[in-house]
Amino acid sequence: MSWSWITAHLGDIASRTVEHLELTGIAIGLGFVLALALSILAIAKRRTYAPITWVAGVMYTIPSIALFALLVPVTGLSKTTAEVALVSYTLLILVRNIVAGIDGVPASVREAATAMGYTRWRMFFTVEIPLALPLVIAGLRIATVTTVGLVTLTALIGQGGYGAFILDGLQRFFNTPLFVGAILSVALAVALDVALVALERALMPWARRRAV
Amino acid sequence: MLPFTVIRLDHVSKTFPGSSAPAVGDLSFEIAEGEVACLVGPSGCGKTTTLRMINRLIEPTSGTITVAGRDITSVPAHELRRGIGYVIQQVGLFAHRTVADNIATVPKLLGWDKARAHRRTEELLDLVGLDQSLKDRYPSELSGGQQQRVGVARALAADPPVLLMDEPFGAVDPIVRLRLQDELKALQARLRKTIVFVTHDIDEAVRLGDRVVVLNVGGVLEQIASPADLLGAPSNEFVARFVGSERGIRRLSLINVKDIELDEPLGDGQPTISPDATLLDALQTLLRSGKHAANVDGSGSLSLERIAREVK
Repeated sequence: MSWSWITAHLGDIASRTVEHLELTGIAIGLGFVLALALSILAIAKRRTYAPITWVAGVMYTIPSIALFALLVPVTGLSKTTAEVALVSYTLLILVRNIVAGIDGVPASVREAATAMGYTRWRMFFTVEIPLALPLVIAGLRIATVTTVGLVTLTALIGQGGYGAFILDGLQRFFNTPLFVGAILSVALAVALDVALVALERALMPWARRRAV
Repeated sequence: MLPFTVIRLDHVSKTFPGSSAPAVGDLSFEIAEGEVACLVGPSGCGKTTTLRMINRLIEPTSGTITVAGRDITSVPAHELRRGIGYVIQQVGLFAHRTVADNIATVPKLLGWDKARAHRRTEELLDLVGLDQSLKDRYPSELSGGQQQRVGVARALAADPPVLLMDEPFGAVDPIVRLRLQDELKALQARLRKTIVFVTHDIDEAVRLGDRVVVLNVGGVLEQIASPADLLGAPSNEFVARFVGSERGIRRLSLINVKDIELDEPLGDGQPTISPDATLLDALQTLLRSGKHAANVDGSGSLSLERIAREVK
């Protein structure tokens, strides 16, 4: 490890961190919105659930490098290419967890809500989603940790992030940037995971207190 | 039609998709204002299906249902439901909301302002016998009996004239159940709601109902009568078997001494019975005293034979 390299590149480390966070944030944000829409479709029309998870599952299995190769001719060496790939990897986990969370809402709660005069979508957003939060957030945690790791590969199509350090290190047979990129990527994944646990606790005050 | 009919079922039937036999077949009956009607019958008799058709959780295959003179299909289902309280065995409280927020569910759906909903919540906690300090608790922090009370409070929140209850006390232990039944009776004495109460337990039906609706498998109406009439004169073999062999003795607990014709007063030296006592109490007094008959305060006397005639 060359400490002098690190001290000389603190500015780069900061800007790569911002890039990495931005790529991850957009992917998770868009992925969540899209997954929520797909989950609503799957819940409203149950027949669509199997095809949705099948397509999301196929996307999940495509190696990311192959996906970039397929997308570059269409969308170029762009952020769009990176995000299309990143978002597509979040869908399977998020859709599955959102639907499982909604399915886990007790039938009696749904029955009571309906019988008290909830409309379908009001019940979805104010009763079912809050009660599904443990699984929704569990899905977000997995998707986030996975995405932070995947973002390191977007450097291959020139999108920065910690992957740029790793790539630099590999190309120059110089270990320091390689280690810095890898370690920071892991640290970021852990930090975001901890943040999501904190978010879960903040959003679910009822789960903190247990039966008397 | 009854004088103040609130709920009316007119040739209602329900056949679920994929089933050849109807769950409810051609059912007609009426429930009067302020009445507690208990729907009772063996499993498969369609009592829950019948209940759920009243708030349109289930749509009938044919027939019409009116609530307060209005066909229930004439308003959107969610609006109809906001005017009908609903209590179920599993309670179905919202685990993510506090007791106060659970109770204020329908007021919130109806758009009440916060202060009004808050006042109403405090009122309801008192009404169902829950301490105000439980307001900010979550359902998981309550006992089963407390949860059921919150369920009842929630159903009553917007003061609906009609209350539907589906085996509400089926999941609590027998002692708590008795207490909740007594509380419901006391509550009903004050509120005079029109209540449809589903149970499979004939004892519960007889204890709580002003009238008991006995259904047979396939939603066939076997008898609709007051508890005393039901136990005294079951209309057929099915009802007689359903109400059980101790129906005669059970009937004694439903009749007060003052409600039957008494014999001439006897001389001194006999036990005395209050006119407000039930015939079962009177029987116990007689058996304990070893006497054949007792004086009823001021009005006459009651003998073992006279009680026996009411056993039927």
